[in-house]
Amino acid sequence: MRFQAASDQALLVYLGEEIGAAAHERVVQLLRLLQQEPIAWLRNIQPAYCSLLITFDATVVDHPEVQAKLSEYESRAEKIPVGKARLVELPVCYGGEFGPDLDDVATQRGLQPEKLVELHFARTYRAYFLGFAPGFAYLGDLAEEIAPPRLETPRREVAAGSVGIAGRQTAVYPLATPGGWRLIGRTPLEIFRKDRDPMGLIAIGDHVRFRPITRAEFLAARRA
Amino acid sequence: MSLLVVESAGMQTTVQDFGREGFGVLGVSASGAADAVALRLGNLLLENKPGMPALEMTLTGGTFLFPDGAVICLAGANFGARMDGKDLELWRPHAILPGEKVAMGATRDFARCYLCVAGGVGGVEFLGSVSTHLLSGLGGWEGRALRKGDVLQIGRLEKNIRRRKLRPGVLDTLKPEKKLRVTRGPQFDWFAEEARRTLAGGEFLVSEESNRMGLRLDGPRLATRVKAEMISEGTPAGAIQVTPSGQAIILFVEQQTTGGYPKIANVIGADLHCVGQLRPRDTIRFEEVSLEAARELWIEQQKLLGSEERLFA
Repeated sequence: MRFQAASDQALLVYLGEEIGAAAHERVVQLLRLLQQEPIAWLRNIQPAYCSLLITFDATVVDHPEVQAKLSEYESRAEKIPVGKARLVELPVCYGGEFGPDLDDVATQRGLQPEKLVELHFARTYRAYFLGFAPGFAYLGDLAEEIAPPRLETPRREVAAGSVGIAGRQTAVYPLATPGGWRLIGRTPLEIFRKDRDPMGLIAIGDHVRFRPITRAEFLAARRA
Repeated sequence: MSLLVVESAGMQTTVQDFGREGFGVLGVSASGAADAVALRLGNLLLENKPGMPALEMTLTGGTFLFPDGAVICLAGANFGARMDGKDLELWRPHAILPGEKVAMGATRDFARCYLCVAGGVGGVEFLGSVSTHLLSGLGGWEGRALRKGDVLQIGRLEKNIRRRKLRPGVLDTLKPEKKLRVTRGPQFDWFAEEARRTLAGGEFLVSEESNRMGLRLDGPRLATRVKAEMISEGTPAGAIQVTPSGQAIILFVEQQTTGGYPKIANVIGADLHCVGQLRPRDTIRFEEVSLEAARELWIEQQKLLGSEERLFA
């Protein structure tokens, strides 16, 4: 456990120094404990791969006090049961109009598009954290063989449900937003709806799998 | 309910309150007023709750018709507001008679002007705030900036507004500065000695590519000496992150909640409202202060903003 002041009102807590399940499980455990036993001066928690950014009410506490309290929480956090992660399955129609970058990425990596798709849906991904836009989950780890760089120029608008890949990560765009990830398919499911509880289909710590569907199945699911 | 009709909207006018802090786990940034100090004072002058939703205008203001009348207060930048040919002074309540229009032009000083209304401005709530989140199209008025023809609901007057006035000196104390005080960022040590000196002594230019998500800075480049790839982590409001090309970006109210660029410094809480008043092409500087000093400045500012006796005559 390592602490680092991030601003006059925020402290970074590092629970590991690399991306992977071990550090991330500690992040989720500490997050769960902080949610179970909320602290009055804690204003916001921003979890990531192996850290949590804690924003606090600086009129009440200072960095050393926050650090002491979080050390005490962390010493108890390892006893928090992680449980079996929830499995979220997302149907995806790959390629064509829904995955405009599929062929390009496949060509760059010297793969058949079908092979790239297979490498994408063969894995179970971990939802490391949410960011960018409401409901946008950073899923990892994408197979090294298909990990592409981001687009040089992001698209001004990416359709909701688009499945993108960038680096060792994949994600589903929950809302129509700008986006710089390479698009390889689309899910007919509504990833984020503000009138639903929970609003987002994917939460931190979830396991996520993709299941290939045909265009006809996609359209049928959209009509349903 | 009374109405407000948008006859022209201005460059980017959105409904904003104090935002929705506390949803980092969902990946949602706080959003809210770019200059929360101006919003608070504008509301308090109307005896509203300090965080009541208001219209936040950017660089140019709009023209608004009040078919049912209203009491309003303009706070922040001076957009040359007029009603019926008369100038409307900033920082004081004005009665608008039914059918009157308030018209604004381009800014004469800072970036953002707030049109606060007694009883507040209506909007759709998302995660406990009606603040507009432009990127995701949520909150506020249809999740977007206002357009000509929009008709918003505003609060109805329930009591007579006292002619409240700010005490002399309050606005001087809270004036938006172009020298921003910062504390060291979490990757300060990643930067070369020269970059640290440049940050402390250099002048930066606010780029045209600046918005509520972040302000890009032109001018000197800041080089890192560590070439390691950073693992993405949570980013605080006011973080000054540096892209691989050496360009500094100040993350702002509608920022992404995580980021993978090293952060050399962070604007202190007491100066965040100044960031909201920066215009493209403004020249800015940074001054490093200790965490302890930053915290004292924040506590002092919060005390002032929370004290009716110190704020109002």
